[in-house]
Amino acid sequence: MQALSDVDLTIKKGEFVSFIGPSGCGKTTFLRVIADLEKPTSGTISINGMTPEQARQARAYGYVFQAAALYPWRTIERNIALPLEIMGISGVDQKARIKRTMELVNLSGFEKKFPWQLSGGMQQRASIARALAFDADLLLMDEPFGALDEIVRDHLNEQLLELWKRTNKTICFVTHSIPEAVYLSTRIVVMSPRPGRVTDVIESTLPHERPLDIRESPEFLAIAARVRDGLRAGHSYD
Amino acid sequence: MTEAATNLAHPQAASAGLFSRIAAGSVFPVVSILAGLVIVWYVFAVILNGPFQRDLDRRAGETPGFVEFVGKTWSQPKPTLPAPHQVAANFFENTFLRKVTSNRSLVYHAWVTLSSTLLGFAFGTALGILIAVGIVHFTSLDRSLMPWIIASQTIPILAIAPMVVVVFAAIGITGVIPKALISTYLSFFPVAVGMVKGLRSPELMHLDLMHTYNASASQTFWKLRVPASVPFLFASMKVAVAASLVGAIVAELPTGAVAGIGAKLLSGSYYSQTIDIWAALVAGSVVAILLVTVVGIVGNIVERSMGGRPA
Repeated sequence: MQALSDVDLTIKKGEFVSFIGPSGCGKTTFLRVIADLEKPTSGTISINGMTPEQARQARAYGYVFQAAALYPWRTIERNIALPLEIMGISGVDQKARIKRTMELVNLSGFEKKFPWQLSGGMQQRASIARALAFDADLLLMDEPFGALDEIVRDHLNEQLLELWKRTNKTICFVTHSIPEAVYLSTRIVVMSPRPGRVTDVIESTLPHERPLDIRESPEFLAIAARVRDGLRAGHSYD
Repeated sequence: MTEAATNLAHPQAASAGLFSRIAAGSVFPVVSILAGLVIVWYVFAVILNGPFQRDLDRRAGETPGFVEFVGKTWSQPKPTLPAPHQVAANFFENTFLRKVTSNRSLVYHAWVTLSSTLLGFAFGTALGILIAVGIVHFTSLDRSLMPWIIASQTIPILAIAPMVVVVFAAIGITGVIPKALISTYLSFFPVAVGMVKGLRSPELMHLDLMHTYNASASQTFWKLRVPASVPFLFASMKVAVAASLVGAIVAELPTGAVAGIGAKLLSGSYYSQTIDIWAALVAGSVVAILLVTVVGIVGNIVERSMGGRPA
């Protein structure tokens, strides 16, 4: 079965690109193809001039899953150390990176806790810290806040924007929430199902500085309306 | 970020478990069920020992009253079914009142059986893990080995045990090794099956994560598959250690062994010492309970140190 067809897209360094669409539109598949977790049947994908496989081997991206996927037998700091151990980074350097990334996601003080001792939002933050620990330029996030409640999600969206500004990463972010996509992105890719395809690509006109209440501004609502139009055009509401 | 951490570390709550359980009254039902079983046992002792007792009384020309008759069925020297107090007295006498080096001491016999049980259990666990690692990594082993492993467990151990002992004796190996190997034969199976399941237990997402890190097969094995399999290992080791004990006892039956719980069972049946047989069985169960408990405790300690949520 064909999950995706005719997707042509260039993402620039430092961009925050959201992929939005109903379930079954292939947005997750697209992200997994970029991450070399899935092989495309045709077409090419190039990440800084590398194939997805080469990019994976070069550890060029960090991946954040829908669930935190922390290893339950490791403490939070040992979970963040996991990619560092695998990549053969020295112990001293590991400590410094753990400290830095835990500060980045505001989890300092929870180093020795096991995952079950943390709330869902904190677990997901730990998994973001784990993806940041080895300093890949690209961050792939697959509905990372989809399982969290609205209040926690708002909070994490704000934190993620902050983090993106500070680290200057390129972020590909899959979501099915319109406000989340509009709030976070510099560019929004609207996708539709059967077969998965891109129906609209929207450049955000929102300023770089985005307080949470920007979501009541007419500019924000205009972009959200255009996303909705794109979804409707792709029969996402049928 | 202001979400509260759900810190659930309350060791006091866990240690209060026993007392609160007594207070909650779950001890009473347990005790009454045990008492019921003992009563049933006494009733069956009367029923099963009755015919022989009537026979004895007829020859002696006695006509005892009901109470006297019941008392006699509970105190025969070689009863068909010994009464609980007879078994208890024999067990107590042979466990606590004899020197542990004595041939009549149950502690001595239990130790003989225990040593080959532990050796066989160690072999079996190692073999089981080895087989599981092979099966998980090579599909050809999965296809070729698994049917044989399952077939091996359908062969009655009583048929295998004498052959193993005889073959090893022929090449000059006697004593604890052949007995331990029979334990191994029984105990590797649960460990192999449990570990295959355990090593395959990591979620797809956890495996994908390793893939995104470009982790090698051995890194995935040591950092993901092995820790994920630990709960499965201890669950199957509990079964395996009990199977090891059965193997060790069975191995003592056909070997003409002079020591061990199996030897005690055999000599008891030669001389119709039914009370001795039952006492030896009790000793065997005590050893089994101890072994399973120890494995369980070690498992709990290991899982706790691996971040297990206190129950």
